Amino acid sequence: MSVQVDHIRKTFGQYTALEDVSLTVKSGQLTALLGPSGSGKTTLLRIIAGLEYADEGSGRIQFHGEDVTDVAAGKRKVGFVFQHYALFRHMSVFENIAFGLRVRGHRERPSKSEIADRVHKLLKLVQLESHAERLPNQLSGGQRQRVALARALAVEPKVLLLDEPFGALDAKVRKELRRWLREFHDEINLTTIFVTHDQEEALEIADEVVIMNQAKIEQIGTPQEVYDQPASPFVYQFLGNVNVLRAQSLVGAGIDEPRASALESDGNIYVRPHDIEVVPFVPGAQGLTAVVRYIHAAGPQARLSLEQVQSREPVEVEIARSELDSLQLKHGDLVSLRLRQGRSFTGDYTI
Amino acid sequence: MALSTTSTLATKRPTERAAGPRVIRNPPWVRVVFMTVALLFVGSFLVLPLAAVFIEAFRKGVGAYFQAFTDPDMLSALKLTLLTAVIAVPANLVFGVAAAWCIAKFDFRGKSLLTTLIDLPFAVSPVISGLIYVLVFGLQGWFGPYLGSGDHPWFGEWFNQQDIRIIFAVPGIVLATVFVTFPFVARELIPLMQAQGSDEEYAAITLGASGWQTFWRVTVPNIKWGLFYGVILCNARAMGEFGAVSVVSGHIRGETNTMPLHIEILYNEYNFVAAFAVSSLLAMLALLTLLLKSLVEWRAQKGAE
Repeated sequence: MSVQVDHIRKTFGQYTALEDVSLTVKSGQLTALLGPSGSGKTTLLRIIAGLEYADEGSGRIQFHGEDVTDVAAGKRKVGFVFQHYALFRHMSVFENIAFGLRVRGHRERPSKSEIADRVHKLLKLVQLESHAERLPNQLSGGQRQRVALARALAVEPKVLLLDEPFGALDAKVRKELRRWLREFHDEINLTTIFVTHDQEEALEIADEVVIMNQAKIEQIGTPQEVYDQPASPFVYQFLGNVNVLRAQSLVGAGIDEPRASALESDGNIYVRPHDIEVVPFVPGAQGLTAVVRYIHAAGPQARLSLEQVQSREPVEVEIARSELDSLQLKHGDLVSLRLRQGRSFTGDYTI
Repeated sequence: MALSTTSTLATKRPTERAAGPRVIRNPPWVRVVFMTVALLFVGSFLVLPLAAVFIEAFRKGVGAYFQAFTDPDMLSALKLTLLTAVIAVPANLVFGVAAAWCIAKFDFRGKSLLTTLIDLPFAVSPVISGLIYVLVFGLQGWFGPYLGSGDHPWFGEWFNQQDIRIIFAVPGIVLATVFVTFPFVARELIPLMQAQGSDEEYAAITLGASGWQTFWRVTVPNIKWGLFYGVILCNARAMGEFGAVSVVSGHIRGETNTMPLHIEILYNEYNFVAAFAVSSLLAMLALLTLLLKSLVEWRAQKGAE
């Protein structure tokens, strides 16, 4: 089922959490809401779930063309997984998963054996069959997360919403579980939206990434699109490392096309560290002259910290280890930098 | 070399262990002094008086002890005390849960005012709590003149024929008791519910549970031990309250005397055995309360593990 968010605004007193946000999530996709804390991503998720209501008079929420703006959370057919799982602490794993079925009215409630069947199927799906009688506090973080997921799926939701699903887990479990979630999503093929502040996580598993900042959506696109063609300086900086070079200094260095637009607008050119080429310094040759300050050679890529000779501004460059070896760079060497690819933005951007 | 290292380790360890916690290394006499002071204090101020109650009660034998409970005034005091508790405890149970629910799960204007007001009965002297009711409902009070039978132009015929008594009657005692025991349940629940947050309730709602189902299936099971604890304390206070009840009761024997008031009367009449016999009942109630309280704490801790 597709989800459509149409011009939604949300304020808490003086504070604006969402400012005219519109978004369409295609059916069956895994979508990430990515942004720093305070960007409004969790608020948006809670509004989609019906746990929070948008401001009076602002836009509508539609599920598959059906307006659900005024529908209560319990009737929207959404599964919601909370950041800290919110498992019912006094109920066993089995009872937690069965809860959504047990609270149904007489007519819609499945029989006892049907409930048991469905719970066991879900336990199998999340690989926790042997833990049915445990209490939540007898489970590890990753296991609790999977119980919360099974509980949300028990009511057969049309949309699955996850708030920072891996936020409370340690790094190793995080990686395992997010790969598992991706495979899981491919298996059940349910429209899924998850909130995260971890760009690596979003880029790795999502079909589509929605980048939010300061109550607004900055960009929507596939992981590759948002990484390769960031729509704003914010997105550029939020997704991985970036060098901000002043277009003026490039003119002085004789590098062609520091685009006119860049000179006119904020005057900056944004370049990823791996889009800079390092060549030995030859006087009078084209390029930005810089001094090598540090060489970090641990790992598959070597990271160089350099300082521009003219402006004394720092530049970060990533090159292959083999390239570093052939250049034979040392601390204090002079080099020329050439940009393979860079980008400028017109208009005012706050970063 | 290696041998000497192990030997120093071996000699060092036991002394470290004997020294106790990392920083505090008190000489034995300090511990003895502190423990003696603590034991003496507990003994003379808590255990001794409690023992005295029972010793005095049985001074003239078991027969005299039980004789005290056959007195009709005593039985009426016991009945009134139970009646008061039976009304005050459920009333404050409902109020406490409702107030804690509001304060812990929602944000609204005047929330801090409500939180402060709940503590009011703890802050004022019980005598003043009683006086408030005399001022409001007494014959010379605000509403007092309209409560008795008479010709009051604002009220209907039926109301004017009723002779409603609040002060120096059972309703006053119940009201005063409700007032002084007001904070117990709410005070117990508010921090507990605040610590638990509302995520579980939200989860229940997204799973399709109604507000009522969420309350009974998620909220109540989560707070049950705190609730039980609050009720135990509330009950102990409701049965033992003296000051506020004394002001509004009027001390009419067989009618408006609760157990604590009855004890005072017996004591003032030099009927020590009866006074201590009734006291022993209240003391046993206190011991029972403490027992239940530890039991609840133990259960709650087990549940939390």
